[in-house]
Amino acid sequence: MPSNSDPSSRLRRIFLAPSWAILVSLMVAPLGIVLAYSLLTRSPYGSISKPWTLDNYSRLADPLYLAIFLRSVWIAAAATILCLLLGFPLALFLSRSGKRKNLYLTLVILPFWTSFLIRTYAWMFLLRDTGLINSILLRLGLIHQPLPLLYNYGAVLLGLVYAYLPFAVLPLYATLERLDPSLLEASADLGARPWQTLLRVTLPLAAPGFLAASVLIFIPCLGAYLTPDLLGGGKTVLIGNLINNQFTTARDWPFGSAASLALMAVVLVLLLLGLRRRGEALL
Amino acid sequence: MPAVLELRNVSKHFPGHAAVEQVSFEAPRGELFSLLGPSGCGKTTTLRLIGGFESPSTGEILLNGERVHSLPPYRRNVSTVFQNYALFPHLTVRANVEFGLRRGKVPPDLASRVAQVIDLVRLTGMESRYPHQMSGGEKQRAALARSLVLAPQVLLLDEPLSALDPNLRKQVRAELQQLQRRVGITFLFVTHDQEEALSISDRIAVMNAGRIEQIGTPRELYLQPRTRFVASFLGEVNWIDGFGLRPESIRVSRHRPEGSLPTREATVLRANFLGNRIQLETRSASGDPVVAEVPRLDAAFSSGDPVHLWWHPSDELRFAE
Repeated sequence: MPSNSDPSSRLRRIFLAPSWAILVSLMVAPLGIVLAYSLLTRSPYGSISKPWTLDNYSRLADPLYLAIFLRSVWIAAAATILCLLLGFPLALFLSRSGKRKNLYLTLVILPFWTSFLIRTYAWMFLLRDTGLINSILLRLGLIHQPLPLLYNYGAVLLGLVYAYLPFAVLPLYATLERLDPSLLEASADLGARPWQTLLRVTLPLAAPGFLAASVLIFIPCLGAYLTPDLLGGGKTVLIGNLINNQFTTARDWPFGSAASLALMAVVLVLLLLGLRRRGEALL
Repeated sequence: MPAVLELRNVSKHFPGHAAVEQVSFEAPRGELFSLLGPSGCGKTTTLRLIGGFESPSTGEILLNGERVHSLPPYRRNVSTVFQNYALFPHLTVRANVEFGLRRGKVPPDLASRVAQVIDLVRLTGMESRYPHQMSGGEKQRAALARSLVLAPQVLLLDEPLSALDPNLRKQVRAELQQLQRRVGITFLFVTHDQEEALSISDRIAVMNAGRIEQIGTPRELYLQPRTRFVASFLGEVNWIDGFGLRPESIRVSRHRPEGSLPTREATVLRANFLGNRIQLETRSASGDPVVAEVPRLDAAFSSGDPVHLWWHPSDELRFAE
């Protein structure tokens, strides 16, 4: 009979110790510092000083920052929905492609082999006024002025969807792969057309995959800063850029810390809501 | 009157092997027809061909005289009870049963039809349960209800008892037979269990290596098997001088029987107690092992006893091959 006898629990502690050490030193402690900063005041030269205050949090309620926050939520939600819409057919195709499955899966993951920064720059070369798309269209005489493809919300959205599409495909593929084929046969047997089977059997049973994909995409998109920075230019400030600016150009670390923690709190609440709805999908 | 279901020379070839080869049979309305055979004999493929999940390489499948073999499953008025039941896990029993009725226009009497069929399979009170909250027997009845509510021409059952607890099997088997009599729908029952097939079927097609070896009533198949395969698949057979003999057809006595009945001398090797009867393992004078089953009260034999084995010539199973 297995028991929690002393030697085994001691062994467990020994094996868990490195993980705990990393977690505490690289996550809990920095978060504590961020929390402390968020409650302090910015000195005239941009360093941290007393007194303790909640001002940094109350500043977040400023309509300007609320607008930035809502814009971030809106872009992250749009990116998530687009990823799910594009990812589902691809995942369905992958789950039904028999022997080629592994090849296609590798192709989905392949972009990860290159740095995300380089891939984002590649998009800039494609989208800018003198970029590949505009120069081809101009040469063909289809347009006379370059299309404004870069440095707008559309470009940011494109970049986010491009970056996070695999995070939709993989969880959806995992649930579709596990789907018992006899359920699809049973549906057809009971008279359902293929599209009815898709709506009434496949989609509902892929719900855990949709939830997992949504969490995996929405959360990083909400805090994304590289993509909006590079593809959005300076114009499209999202919450990630706002936080980044506080730590760099604005040198207002206390406010940056407060904004970071507020973002984390929102993400945490969303995550808990998702977990409550269908915990097993994420665990 | 045309048969509800007819297969004409149906073959199904997969790359590298022929799963079903020249299968033909007819099943009239209200019959409980079984496909019986060992695993890999093509019985499940035949069922899938009728359900529309596979299409035949050659041959025709007719429902009420109409060719259906090129129609997709959703255009065939047959329904399948899958081996694992394939109930939709995200739907309650009621929603599972309603599934086939809720396509396009919902019939006005949906609720009463569903209630009726749920009552028929004795699941009243469990309508709101999900499949994972049900026992194997209940899931099977839910799967039956889901199919029966559509009033199919033929109900296809793929090893419907194999997933059940052995203790439940006989009971469910009897219930299934009663249900079939009540609804009057043609049941096509696939099984590898000869006792199961013999006990519930009106007629049985015995399949082997993709072909039908023989079609007949349980009695015909057991008493007049046309091939050695059928004879040995449907029960024990002793092979003596080229003919077969069922263990229970053999009488055993200490003294040579009077008259001119065929007789062999033998020695008892083992007497196995089977409860209501005794199984005697013997070796005939010519060296062949012969197993006989005799009523317990007649069986005061023990190993080493010299005995006479005798039988009626009409019980000999003879084959043309």
